[in-house]
Amino acid sequence: MKKRIFACTLAAVLAASAALTGCGGSSGTSGSGAGASSAAGGDSESADAGEVYVYNWGEYIDEEVIDMFEEETGIHVVYDMFETNEEMYPIIEAGARTYDAVCPSDYMIQKMIENNLLAEINFDNVPNYSQIDPEYIERSKAFDPENKYSVPYTWGTVGILYNTSMVAPEDVPTKWMDLWDEKFSGEILMQDSVRDAFMVALKALGYSMNTTDETELAAARDLLIEQKPLVQAYVIDQVRDKMIGGEAAIGVIYSGEMLYIQEEVANLGLDYSLEYVIPEEGTNVWIDSWVIPANAKNKENAEKWIDFLCRPDIAKMNFEYITYATPNKGAFDLLDEELQNNKAVFPDIDSLKNCEVFRYLGDDVDSIYNDMWKEVKSK
Amino acid sequence: MRRKLLAGPYLIWMIGFIIIPLVLIAVYGLTDKNGAVTLANVIAISTPEHAKALWLSLELSFVSTVICLLLAYPLAMILRKRNIGRGSFIVFIFILPMWMNFLLRTLAWQSLLEKNGVINGILTFLHLPPQSLINTAGAIVLGMVYNFLPFMVLPIYNVLCKIDDNIINAARDLGASFWQTLLFIWIPLSVPGIISGITMVFVPALTTFVISNLLGGSKILLIGNVIEQEFTRGSNWHLGSGLSLVLMVFILISMALIAKYDKNGEGTTF
Repeated sequence: MKKRIFACTLAAVLAASAALTGCGGSSGTSGSGAGASSAAGGDSESADAGEVYVYNWGEYIDEEVIDMFEEETGIHVVYDMFETNEEMYPIIEAGARTYDAVCPSDYMIQKMIENNLLAEINFDNVPNYSQIDPEYIERSKAFDPENKYSVPYTWGTVGILYNTSMVAPEDVPTKWMDLWDEKFSGEILMQDSVRDAFMVALKALGYSMNTTDETELAAARDLLIEQKPLVQAYVIDQVRDKMIGGEAAIGVIYSGEMLYIQEEVANLGLDYSLEYVIPEEGTNVWIDSWVIPANAKNKENAEKWIDFLCRPDIAKMNFEYITYATPNKGAFDLLDEELQNNKAVFPDIDSLKNCEVFRYLGDDVDSIYNDMWKEVKSK
Repeated sequence: MRRKLLAGPYLIWMIGFIIIPLVLIAVYGLTDKNGAVTLANVIAISTPEHAKALWLSLELSFVSTVICLLLAYPLAMILRKRNIGRGSFIVFIFILPMWMNFLLRTLAWQSLLEKNGVINGILTFLHLPPQSLINTAGAIVLGMVYNFLPFMVLPIYNVLCKIDDNIINAARDLGASFWQTLLFIWIPLSVPGIISGITMVFVPALTTFVISNLLGGSKILLIGNVIEQEFTRGSNWHLGSGLSLVLMVFILISMALIAKYDKNGEGTTF
């Protein structure tokens, strides 16, 4: 009997540790020991206890910034992370754990606004909002029409990455349709996510990437099916490492990866370089912004947190850590000229003229996209 | 009374982590977004994409299971013949890789099979033409066989160890050839282990989505991938649960097989 209990406990411990390591450490409080008072059930005193519950993407902040914020304001930060917008949404919706500041992407912010999950930000408490380049505030109107709910944090584009030694100068890709070129058969890496993959096909066909028109979507689906034999693999984060390793000639990638890629190519002393192109049909300009959920318990602290992140020196620290382009004008001015002129990270505004921001299209249209994507993948 | 107390944690574990999740899957699978009871999520398995994914999964896991069985049976016989005890070194070596995370081992195969990977590096060094190994159905089968082989070897080995040498000797004394002994003595006596091994390989192979993602380049859609996508990307937990219920049928079938052929629990893995 005793032995069996021991075996069960052991199994339980093993399974629990497996589960913990398995989910990629999606939860953790900030490193500093400033607030030992952050008991889970302490909401009665939380209003003045000075806490802020932050929910952000993984590896999406310089951790030192959290410590600095705690030191300067005395507010204790409870910091959790998520991996996809879709994973974050039900947690905010259910309200089982309330957060004060969250950093979702454009289309998800729109969905949260439409479902009344967000609180209006009191911009009087966010003086550093003035540091944000008006260009991105303007673009934010696609998902936050009156700019009442969101403060842009990072932005970027999606484009084509190619290997200079595997792509002849005359074949250098300039448009999405080049991803259908038979010359690149078996050398193409596509994004393994519904909206990104359809964005490529819809833009290649000259349609809006936010289309809800079923004939346009069907055309995009057929185009993706036509492309499938040429595709080496559908991947997400692995595009970066596969391209650095020379596994494929050409791939669809988020611009945020470019600084890392350029550094890595230089560090490894590779005999080729990887270049980034924004296709001329236009692409997805994405914006991740800070928002405050409607059920936030520490709204003013959340505003202090957002304001802190908008401070140019802090935004610069975060930019250097995350390497995704910052919409913060003040931080941009602090950067080296070489970095300011890095077109992969900070493209010319002109090259973005055909670009769009993803919009939330409603659950029904989402399921049409999902079904069509399944058709592509099962072919 | 005391015994009941000791069983408490186990009971809580079972209820919290086995029964409640199963009930939740059933509830999600049999309702739609608005909470109305429906069979649509289960019937959805018959759409061409889902049916094809299921069929492909059955095909690949069947092939993997057969390969595992063909590899594992002789190996288990060799292990037994060398009269090595349970704690023996060879068995230990066999279990050793299982201590490392399954994901890491699969990632390792990725860098072995890649276009510029280790295997192609060796081929190029020997002036042989490089092969395209990764992102094929073959790579997925390889990943399945590699990861699940121990689950086939161990139950068969355990069963073979329990066969009395005298029975084998008697068969040989009476003039049975090696093949006759194998066919009429070894195999019938090891059926519990074989059945247990088959289900231990077939069920996880049928439901995997990691192996097909990493080694298949997501170009080959298995039923496990469909379900995973419904949960993580498509946000349609109802459809995902409904399809999981269909998969559960296969798991129930294999449990029934074990119950039928392995009444005494001889074919255990460890």
